[in-house]
Amino acid sequence: MSRVEFRKDLFADERSDDLNEVGKPTIRQDIIGHVRGTTRFYDDHLFDGLLHMRCVRSPHHHARIRNINVSGAESMPGVRRIVMPSDVPNNLNTLLSLIGFGRDDEPLLSSAKVAYKGEPVCAVIADTERQARDAVAAIKVDWEVLPHVLDVEQAIQPDAPVVNETYPNNLFDYGRFDHQKLRFGDVHSAMQRADKIVEGQYQMSPIEQAPMETCGAIAAPETNERIVCHTATQALFFSLGTTAKLLDVPSSRLHFIGGTVGGGFGGKVDSITEPMAVLGALLTGKPVKFHWDREEEMQVGAPRGAERWVIRDGVMNDGSIIAREFTGYFDCGAYTRLSSYAIQKGVGHLPGPYTIPNVAANVYCVYTNRTPATAMRGFGITGVDFAIESHMDKVAEAVGMNPIELRIHNAYRDGDMKAHRRVAKNTALIECCQVAAQKSNWQLGPQYASASSLRDGGSTERAAIPETAVDMVGKIGERRSSSIAASPAQGTERVPAGQASELLSPLPLQHADMQIEPSRVGHTVKATAPLANAAGAPPPAATAHRETTQPPATQVSTPVSQQSPVSPPESLPASSTGSYQQPPRDQPAASPPEAPAVKPYEPQERFNKGMNRPGAARHLINRRRR
Amino acid sequence: MAKKPISFVLNGQDTSVFVEQGGNLLDELRRTVGDLSPKFGCGQGTCGACTVLINGEPQLSCLVLAERVEGQRIDTNGGLAEGPDLHPLQKAFVEGFAAQCGFCSSGMLMAAKALLDRNASPSRDEIAEAISGNLCRCTGYEPIIDAIVVAAENMRRRTT
Amino acid sequence: MSIEVKSFDTLRQASEVLGGSAQYIAGGTLLMRKVNYGDQSFNQLVQSTDPALKQIQSQGDEILIGAGVTMSEIMQHPQLQFLGEVARSVGGPAIRNMATIGGNLFAPRPYGDMATALLALDANLHWASGQQQSLEQFLERSDAARDIVHSISVRQPPTGAFQYLKVSRVKPKGVSLLTVAVLLNRENGRTGNVRIAFGGMAPEPRRAMAAEQALQGASLDESGIQRCLAACTEGMAPADDSLASSWYRNEVAPVYLKRLLLQRS
Repeated sequence: MSRVEFRKDLFADERSDDLNEVGKPTIRQDIIGHVRGTTRFYDDHLFDGLLHMRCVRSPHHHARIRNINVSGAESMPGVRRIVMPSDVPNNLNTLLSLIGFGRDDEPLLSSAKVAYKGEPVCAVIADTERQARDAVAAIKVDWEVLPHVLDVEQAIQPDAPVVNETYPNNLFDYGRFDHQKLRFGDVHSAMQRADKIVEGQYQMSPIEQAPMETCGAIAAPETNERIVCHTATQALFFSLGTTAKLLDVPSSRLHFIGGTVGGGFGGKVDSITEPMAVLGALLTGKPVKFHWDREEEMQVGAPRGAERWVIRDGVMNDGSIIAREFTGYFDCGAYTRLSSYAIQKGVGHLPGPYTIPNVAANVYCVYTNRTPATAMRGFGITGVDFAIESHMDKVAEAVGMNPIELRIHNAYRDGDMKAHRRVAKNTALIECCQVAAQKSNWQLGPQYASASSLRDGGSTERAAIPETAVDMVGKIGERRSSSIAASPAQGTERVPAGQASELLSPLPLQHADMQIEPSRVGHTVKATAPLANAAGAPPPAATAHRETTQPPATQVSTPVSQQSPVSPPESLPASSTGSYQQPPRDQPAASPPEAPAVKPYEPQERFNKGMNRPGAARHLINRRRR
Repeated sequence: MAKKPISFVLNGQDTSVFVEQGGNLLDELRRTVGDLSPKFGCGQGTCGACTVLINGEPQLSCLVLAERVEGQRIDTNGGLAEGPDLHPLQKAFVEGFAAQCGFCSSGMLMAAKALLDRNASPSRDEIAEAISGNLCRCTGYEPIIDAIVVAAENMRRRTT
Repeated sequence: MSIEVKSFDTLRQASEVLGGSAQYIAGGTLLMRKVNYGDQSFNQLVQSTDPALKQIQSQGDEILIGAGVTMSEIMQHPQLQFLGEVARSVGGPAIRNMATIGGNLFAPRPYGDMATALLALDANLHWASGQQQSLEQFLERSDAARDIVHSISVRQPPTGAFQYLKVSRVKPKGVSLLTVAVLLNRENGRTGNVRIAFGGMAPEPRRAMAAEQALQGASLDESGIQRCLAACTEGMAPADDSLASSWYRNEVAPVYLKRLLLQRS
């Protein structure tokens, strides 16, 4: 009954179709349990004396907590414990600190202020769910309501309320910039050559994953001093690590059981219910269930964040897009969660599956007083793809072209250089368009009907990295004084053709086989040696293709193991502008010096301090094991 | 508040339990009786994951006051299979890939059973109507409707 | 506050303990969700096994429907076919096996489709205390109710005179964006007595009086109903909610009313 149609005629010679399982319909291994109703979801584990935990939540978008009065609730029937923020040993975290990305910015229970409606401030543990609800209703919080901001562009105005004190500009820090930059070629000069400029703005709404099973976890003490936690999480070890960090408990004491998820779609990675349940079990010594009811799932369950995209294309009359410019505002809500990372994925996807020789993008991860956003299917890509494909239709209309033909005309082909400086491989957009046209009886001209992803790509021109215009606008510490420009600034400096510009190595390679194949990268890659030991002797070439200014006189070589994944928040010396020089290839690049320039805002701590902050869980190491 | 003793027939078995006053049937089935097949998806009657049959008719157990089922006949997905043999609906769900995460399956199957008990050869529209109170976030419903069509065919063949 | 459940043989007894922290529970589809979500405004549930709740009687063209009759029972009853379509539009089959006609009169928006239909049909309420009241009067201040609805009487409309439309975003079934019910007697190709009721366009189901007047004696065609459509949102107060904005509801209400009116002629 499969409705899947396999088009094995396409790219048939690229695979030997002799696999036994892959590509063939099969029966899910867990489906018998599902249809019998015997599959054990987290809540299908019964415990005697199970206690129920529920949160007191903010009714306001933004408010300071003056006082929490729990006196009425404490003595109510069945109430075992009121859990306050001070009960959380290490009450500040950011999800991605587990991979060293971003600073700790979110408490498990908020003690000073709340930044979104539904943010928890304390919790009740009681014998029954009803008793917990009654006690929650009896807790009185004295709120001082603060002005709030719900729109991304309003949130980055200089006078906007500060949503998240960790990021006082309401913008996540991407290394040295307050946004994620992408520069490829020179859009400004290409726009001037273009026959038409096509502009569009696209707005998404937040989308709740709305799994059938709401998020939840049950934690119970085991006989060996461990805590077992049955959870609905999609990311078991992520949740385990987060719990260990927040509760300052060795991860070896945590016995997490998961893998059976009643629908996730990205909404069950945020690891909030697990630390709460485990905290409850630690504080009471009893099995504790913490789950969201449906209203909580919809209100505080992190959705796919809303995105606003402004796209500007320079188009020739024949339909060739010669320049594309993006300004993206990603509404990440009050706390970072996974939005910062989603943006990096999204920017890696620009300008969509098309070969466009000049691309520029500024993408902002903006804090607003809305529910924090997180992952959802097609993480980081779906929103911008909606914008790009809507815009393709608009471009087709502007040049009077069949929209599918326009896509085929601009589609990337094998061997083309992408804007993030990887060579496109295994491309299939053209074939996809052709099949879609055929299925919908959409006529294509002969040259489009016969086009192929395998042909016409990778010519000298299409495979080249062009000379690239870069700018320093949006350096951390520069904003606040003025509003943010609506489109990427004109480049003030040039990076010569064929070079990698600001490409940064996210993490030092830990093993030689993690090296990306040189053929996939558009520039020379030096093979990096495996990291000798976890403590991190600086491998010679991990930052080899990172360009910096000329080595300053006061240069201090920073060990790579301490280098931030993207880039530490550093400023360029003022004298460096206009002198982009490629350091000698075989010499490890040094990190630029700290510049004690005038800075309205600059992060106090290094980018990846989430893990190594004093007081953070000492049981976790910021390193992947092989 | 004192608990209340009630007796009912669950999947053909006489069952007697003490229930919480004001407690809903879903909680009592799951926590007190131990039949975990109906699921909590919303607690407000919008998702259908807790669907059970009361005297043969589908109802939402999260909205049924537990003490109201005194003396009634309750059927859940936990009693649908006959020993090791899957019910034809369950079999069709397996073969038609009509369950992914499985969280809606028990409620969906009971809604489908109520339909087939009354209408042995429903149209696709009638099936869609019969499961219109049961949400599924994984499948897009089409495989579920297909599976119910197939199950109905198999059940007709078995009885003729 | 744990919940206490009290059962009574007659509705009258039950109605006497109502008020304060006691709520009457019928099908439970509205009240149990409040119980499940820890509503602090009541801690007693009052129920009754009064057989009168389930009766369906007709006297002439007037039908008396017990307040405890469920949507499914309405759909199956031969004399209630004119309400069958309305009952079918409420929830899925499981909800319809539980939800009662009496309970629907108390349903907050976006629910209350049956109440909207009954308002157009000019139904009357019979209270447990023996008092009677038109549904319209009751809806105007339903929060003041301290009694239990015993039954609802409604006149069977002439064939084809009653039209009903529930607008929903989800197919085949979803909660109402707005609901329109029209009772329209025709005299010689022109409209006679008219009642138009909207659900979802105000906190409670509400008559579109100005539209009714504008339709009086009009011909049922595009130009004839123009004034009626223009006036149909007068006095309405649609909500801004997750289903639709108030602006949107005001814009589409005349569109759906037009479809309903022209569909019949």
